[in-house]
Amino acid sequence: MIEKEILLERLKETLPGCSFDISGEWLNIMVNASEIKSVINYLRYTPTLDFDGLFCLTAVDMKDHLLVVYHLLSRDSHTNVVVKAKIEDTVNPCIETVSDIWKGANLLEREVFEMFGINFNLHPNLKKLLLEENWTGFPLRKNYVDDNMIEL
Amino acid sequence: MNYSIMEAITEKIITTDLPEGQFEINMGPQHPSTHGVLHLKIRLEGEKIIHIEPVLGYIHRSIEKMCEKLSYRQFILITSRMDYLSAHINNTACALVVEKGLGLEIPERAKAIRILMAELTRLASHQLWWGCTGLDLGAVSPFFFAFREREEIITIMEETCGARLTQNYSVPGGVMYDLHPTFVGSVKKIIQQMKNNFHEYEELLGGNIIFQERTKGVGYLSKADAISFGCSGPMARASGVSCDVRKWFPYDGYEKLAFEEILDEGGDCWARYNVRLKEMKQSIAIIEQLIDNIPEGDFQAKTKNVLKLPKGEFYQRVETARGELGVYIVSEGGTSPYRCKFRSPNFSNLSAIPEMAKGGKIGDLVAIMATVDLVIPDIDR
Amino acid sequence: MKTLLSTISFENLASSLDSYLSKLLPAGIALLAVEMIIAGVCLLAFLVVLCFFLGYLERKVAGHMQMRHGPNRVGPAGSMQIVADTVKLLMKEGLTPNSADKFLFNLGPMIVVATSMMAIAPLAFAKNFQLWNISIGVLYVSSISSLAVIGILVAGWSSYNKYSLLGAMRSGAQIVSYELSVGLSLVAIVIFSGSLNLNDIVESQSNGWWLFKGHLPALIAFVIFIIASTAEINRAPFDLAEAEQELTAGFHTEYAGMKFAMFLLAEYINLFIVSAIAATVFLGGWMPLHLGNWEVFNHIMDFIPSSLWFFGKTFGIIFVIMWFRWTFPRLRIDQLLNLEWKYLLPISMVNIIAVTLITIMHWHF
Repeated sequence: MIEKEILLERLKETLPGCSFDISGEWLNIMVNASEIKSVINYLRYTPTLDFDGLFCLTAVDMKDHLLVVYHLLSRDSHTNVVVKAKIEDTVNPCIETVSDIWKGANLLEREVFEMFGINFNLHPNLKKLLLEENWTGFPLRKNYVDDNMIEL
Repeated sequence: MNYSIMEAITEKIITTDLPEGQFEINMGPQHPSTHGVLHLKIRLEGEKIIHIEPVLGYIHRSIEKMCEKLSYRQFILITSRMDYLSAHINNTACALVVEKGLGLEIPERAKAIRILMAELTRLASHQLWWGCTGLDLGAVSPFFFAFREREEIITIMEETCGARLTQNYSVPGGVMYDLHPTFVGSVKKIIQQMKNNFHEYEELLGGNIIFQERTKGVGYLSKADAISFGCSGPMARASGVSCDVRKWFPYDGYEKLAFEEILDEGGDCWARYNVRLKEMKQSIAIIEQLIDNIPEGDFQAKTKNVLKLPKGEFYQRVETARGELGVYIVSEGGTSPYRCKFRSPNFSNLSAIPEMAKGGKIGDLVAIMATVDLVIPDIDR
Repeated sequence: MKTLLSTISFENLASSLDSYLSKLLPAGIALLAVEMIIAGVCLLAFLVVLCFFLGYLERKVAGHMQMRHGPNRVGPAGSMQIVADTVKLLMKEGLTPNSADKFLFNLGPMIVVATSMMAIAPLAFAKNFQLWNISIGVLYVSSISSLAVIGILVAGWSSYNKYSLLGAMRSGAQIVSYELSVGLSLVAIVIFSGSLNLNDIVESQSNGWWLFKGHLPALIAFVIFIIASTAEINRAPFDLAEAEQELTAGFHTEYAGMKFAMFLLAEYINLFIVSAIAATVFLGGWMPLHLGNWEVFNHIMDFIPSSLWFFGKTFGIIFVIMWFRWTFPRLRIDQLLNLEWKYLLPISMVNIIAVTLITIMHWHF
């Protein structure tokens, strides 16, 4: 397993546009949404890094911006890394899809789309997954209001 | 909600844009062999499957949204209802992530109890899987033989945890109560019974030529595909992907136990079947190692009544009976999670099914669904 | 006492009834009509009781093989359970789909039941006790059972439902394929005994059953007959057409109530017929177990009434066929047809050649 400090040293030069955070359990890489594809491609296809497993794809609503969080795993070295893509535009958020790299991202991105309203460009089949087809609103956003919701 | 569920189910499927000779049928949502409310839209050409589209959401209960309003002690209780056959392991995952956030060290006795319960849960889940596999493929009797043993395990859980299926036994800090006085004796008895009867499990289905013909070569999943889809658990291990969380990212003291990770290169239904059978043997081995050596001590560490995790993010992965469950908590320092995401193993396993079933027949699809062993509430959450 | 017991047999009952009636009525149409009505009513009553009994047997056998009791509440030891189920079925609303072909929809189950019942005619339940001593008994039974496929196809087609159609087509393909193996297995014993008449076949087994006399080829023919007949009557492990875990219930999806009960009735009658044919042709029918020229042994065996022999053998084979259902998983449609065309049929054909050779050379017992 590659320690997060060593990983940080290796990535600091090669990924100039990102900021890094090692306060948590794993190395967190913060990047802007427009550069996410190049960062992911780099992490996935560089032979010494080889992060070939995407084990979690989700989003977090931070009120003034949205974060799309990718958890990557390298099966050979059993190293985990977290990539966070920051989307400033909360009215019409969009980001590149990674379903061409990982087939499992297809359904995961559909779920993020319906829950947060984030559009994934070039996704083959971006429709709602768990909710009904004519549901309005994005339930997991913090400003989601539904008349049927009851405060506990 | 904008229109009722009944309208959604009876909505007509437009098939005028399909090429000549192809037609679309629905399997589910109520169907004996989809293991829950899974709706598959299958496009067929004669008997051959061209394309499958899963339609999900029939049991979506917005667990992730609910967790944002519940405290750190409360949100564990609703996770039993996700993958209800590994309920204890789900609860342990949530308890572990809270303990990771608080930096809490739990006593050895609690760790041993959690592992024992987890392996008993895994055994019970695989027994139900074995019975249902027989049932789906037409052999009715294995179902009863599987439940003969499973009933004993569930009774043991009821004595200690108070519930048969949704145990809610793990809490942040350890386990909720101490073991029942009869626990050790009952577990030894059921383990002996399992070892005596294990040849029935191997011979009744696995030794039958009809079963072998229906599962060998059916539903092949390559290793690259298994990694790409994010599959985990026995399904990925049957395609040669080494992904047992108990080995690679151990928790709760698994690193001290001696057990093997079962891998198979076959990638078809027969390989998945054999991997799960061998995993049952490994679970029995783990229980045998621990049952006589449960450490003495506290069963719960001292924690405050109201738990507050510091600002930050925490991820904990565990090995349920179906694969790798991940609990991802983003905390802003309050008493409830700011964002709680459950990375469910069945979600990723489901996404591989259209690929595996393409080109086969409906009978093959039934065999694939039986050996992939999905639990739908885990997918919909 | 011994003479009293030996006079109570079906043969004597039938002949004393016949002599009583011919004293009452003049010979000719009236006598014939009355006897036919009596025979018909007895047969129908027998079939109804048989189906109740077979249904009960199936559920008890299934229960005990699965470590549970089976029905044991309704009636003494659960014997009235099937009566209760039949009453429930009869009280159900029989829905006919709107766009179904009404005439064919009603005709389907009737064809299936009628052909099943017609095939009982040449069977001998006891010594000299059969409905119709036709000289081409084996051919008659084979051809009448083949007509049942028409009923299934009619039922599936007229339901106007793509699942029923799929189920009916699969069923039709399966039945038509397996008829060949059934026929060839029966032909093996016809060659041995030299006659198509079921009575002659039973009489020829008076010095031993063909299963033992015909050694290896007869054993092969017997095994193939049992496998192929299980496929003919759409029972597990060949019940793909009705499997609930596939797509609904196959060709009888749209049927409810009385018409569905008729399909169930036909399935159990078919089960009985197939076992009875196997018992008659391979195991001697009502002929007790005789071993060659061991007079003392044969004499002792003769004390057991012939109807007991017949029903004992038939229910033994029925039990084996039920045992298959609760043990094996189901075959897929292409594996099913593969089994017939690539394995059973070539083996049957080679078997026929062997049987012919053995008969010409008198190499059987």
